[in-house]
Amino acid sequence: MSRSTIDLWVGIFVTIGIAAILFLALKVGNLTSVSSAPGYRLQAAFDNIGGLKLRAPVKAAGVVVGRVEQIKLDPQTYQAVVSMKIDRGFQFTKDTIASILTSGLLGEVYIGLDSGGDTQMLGDGGRIAKTQSAIVLEKLIGQFMFDKAASGSPASAAASADRGAAAAAGAK
Amino acid sequence: MSAQGRPKRDPWRAEHGGGAVRTAGVGDSIAWALRRVGAATIDAVARLGFAARFSIAILRHLPGAFRRLRLTLREIYFSGVLSLVIILVSGLFVGMVLALQGYDVLSRYGANESLGILVALSLVRELGPVVAGLLFASRAGSAVTAEIGLMKTTEQLSAMEMMAVDPLARVVAPRFVGGVVSMPLLAALFSTLGVFGAYIVGVRLIGIDSGSFWGNMQAAVDFRYDIVNGFVKSVVFGIAVSAIAVFEGYNARPTAEGVSTATTRTVVASSLSILALDFVLTVFMFRGVHG
Repeated sequence: MSRSTIDLWVGIFVTIGIAAILFLALKVGNLTSVSSAPGYRLQAAFDNIGGLKLRAPVKAAGVVVGRVEQIKLDPQTYQAVVSMKIDRGFQFTKDTIASILTSGLLGEVYIGLDSGGDTQMLGDGGRIAKTQSAIVLEKLIGQFMFDKAASGSPASAAASADRGAAAAAGAK
Repeated sequence: MSAQGRPKRDPWRAEHGGGAVRTAGVGDSIAWALRRVGAATIDAVARLGFAARFSIAILRHLPGAFRRLRLTLREIYFSGVLSLVIILVSGLFVGMVLALQGYDVLSRYGANESLGILVALSLVRELGPVVAGLLFASRAGSAVTAEIGLMKTTEQLSAMEMMAVDPLARVVAPRFVGGVVSMPLLAALFSTLGVFGAYIVGVRLIGIDSGSFWGNMQAAVDFRYDIVNGFVKSVVFGIAVSAIAVFEGYNARPTAEGVSTATTRTVVASSLSILALDFVLTVFMFRGVHG
């Protein structure tokens, strides 16, 4: 095989190889998304982060504006301190509320940011003061059962306090 | 006259022509076993030393491989272009099978739309680099070993040395560079064709919505964590396979049997090192990212 034919084939090979890498980067990986864009960091302390994971999205009005970068436990307050990397194009006010939400019943856990009316903006390393923890389903069910038991007749509720909520419901 | 008077014949010694007539075969066979173990150990350590010396020699000759660009291009042709067919076809089929199997499992949980995520993540992170590496080792690595081994057997390497041409620079370094350049491109093509195959099966045949297929995939696949790490894996596998292939060829015993042994060793050693390196790299790359 002549030299120029080999050169041609190698050229084709390298070209489609690079095209494949570009395809993976742009079409599969969506390189243009915020995850790789430069940004600034915000912190927020939560009482309970539920199932929040690293790299979980941070959304404002449902639009992804950043990702969770680090999750630590503050040894003094026993709160979870979450560091988020926010895309530089988005600014949030000082009275922004950060809440941990779930998309759908089994969907991914994300942080929702709701901006307030403050005129001052949070800068790099800023701390979101108002936070709302994750809703833990077990606690919610437990609370519901407790409320159910308490809303029965006061006498039977007191009697059944040690027998549990299910027994109380059966006694009525 | 009695049996005691005659020296016992040691079967091993008799077989190996040991002249001295001595009793106590047990001590001798222990010493023999020890010698065998010692020789094997020394052999292995010497081989390791040679491999280290050889790697340094290749590294020293790397710039030369780029100066002799013509030779390197020829090796990219033999390792990369000629492996294209097997890589593209296997990638397509792996992607299609992944889509069928993934759909079967995901539909039990009503998560059909996540098929794109499943296929793209498994291809980009694991299957692309690993399966392409295994195919590359058996398709191109074995050929390189056989070629260099046969050059050694037919004394072409010695002839080059006679002509003051360093076979490491002329033969080994271009093949090494050719393999290292080809492997990441082949892995990327494998993943791409796999995603394409999954698209054909998932969207065209099964009827998943095209928008959610690509959209979920793009939302879940991260450029730096998934694609760059997969690319790094394929580069590492390319270096490992190419180094093993040229080393086994250069180190082959110069006989027909030696070349065949070396070729087998290349495939076995590079497949095992791909799988082992994959585990190590995965531990470091993806630890805790999604945990």
